[in-house]
Amino acid sequence: MRVWITLKFGVVIFPGSNCDYDTYNVLRDIFEQKTVFLWHKDHDLKKADCVILPGGFSYGDYLRSGAIAKFSPIMQEVKEFALKGGLVLGICNGFQILLELGLLPGAMLRNKNLKFLCQFVHLKLENERTPFTLKGKKGQVLKIPIAHYEGNYFAPPDIIRELKTNNQVVFRYSDTQGRINEETNVNGSLDSIAGIINKKGNVMGMMPHPERASEELFGSEDGRLVFESIVKTIEN
Amino acid sequence: MKIRILVSYKDSVLDPQGQTVKYALHTLGYGFIKDVRQGKVFELDLEGISKEEVEKVIPEISDKVLANPIIEKFSWEILKKK
Repeated sequence: MRVWITLKFGVVIFPGSNCDYDTYNVLRDIFEQKTVFLWHKDHDLKKADCVILPGGFSYGDYLRSGAIAKFSPIMQEVKEFALKGGLVLGICNGFQILLELGLLPGAMLRNKNLKFLCQFVHLKLENERTPFTLKGKKGQVLKIPIAHYEGNYFAPPDIIRELKTNNQVVFRYSDTQGRINEETNVNGSLDSIAGIINKKGNVMGMMPHPERASEELFGSEDGRLVFESIVKTIEN
Repeated sequence: MKIRILVSYKDSVLDPQGQTVKYALHTLGYGFIKDVRQGKVFELDLEGISKEEVEKVIPEISDKVLANPIIEKFSWEILKKK
């Protein structure tokens, strides 16, 4: 007899989130997972197994991207959930919020060319041993779009060293062959960093949008790897 | 009491906006401008708080909210004592 395990994803909505429904749609309709919205003013994670902070412009990106969202009621719960080992994925603005909250190290600066970049990029998978990437292979190249103005990852040299030593860099901007150079580093991120994970391995942030690359119709299905990995992790 | 807080990037952080402003100024002929750093200004109106408390609270809120200590620094001054 096959035992179905029901997973539950929680997608947080802040005022200004704009990838909340995309993420919800991918999880519910494509992966057929139970998915609920979590409202920023609530203190309830609705027993979600994995919390996703979607992209957008929470609180209008006033002050700094993610700076106001970190004080919202729901984020206090998300922080506690993450510290207990719960799976948290921050996409784009969600990544920025995780940085502001201190769940991930570093900060975001404006893109090196001061342009809002909305385009497909290629990512080299650097760490496949995470709950968010275990369906992938090390060195694999994924085609996933970015859409941000502040995605230029910055951290002091000691943090960058620590990230490398602990294998916390998950994705780096590359070309189609996985080569990394200044040209492929579209936004100027230190060390071409596109996604990192915390030391404990349960909180990941990434600037590219896997939810916008989960259906053939949108030009790529490479983003599925992230969601498939999470599903597999929780099922195990 | 009126307080002004200035938040800007740390010297170790590249400021692409400041750079762009610098190049624009150079184009206009102001070649003597060696560097430009851009920042944010916050003006706070306070009441019912002593100067001692202000000296404790302003750095606290600057560090916690107004600036991101990883990339930014802040300075502040009292604009109006009453």
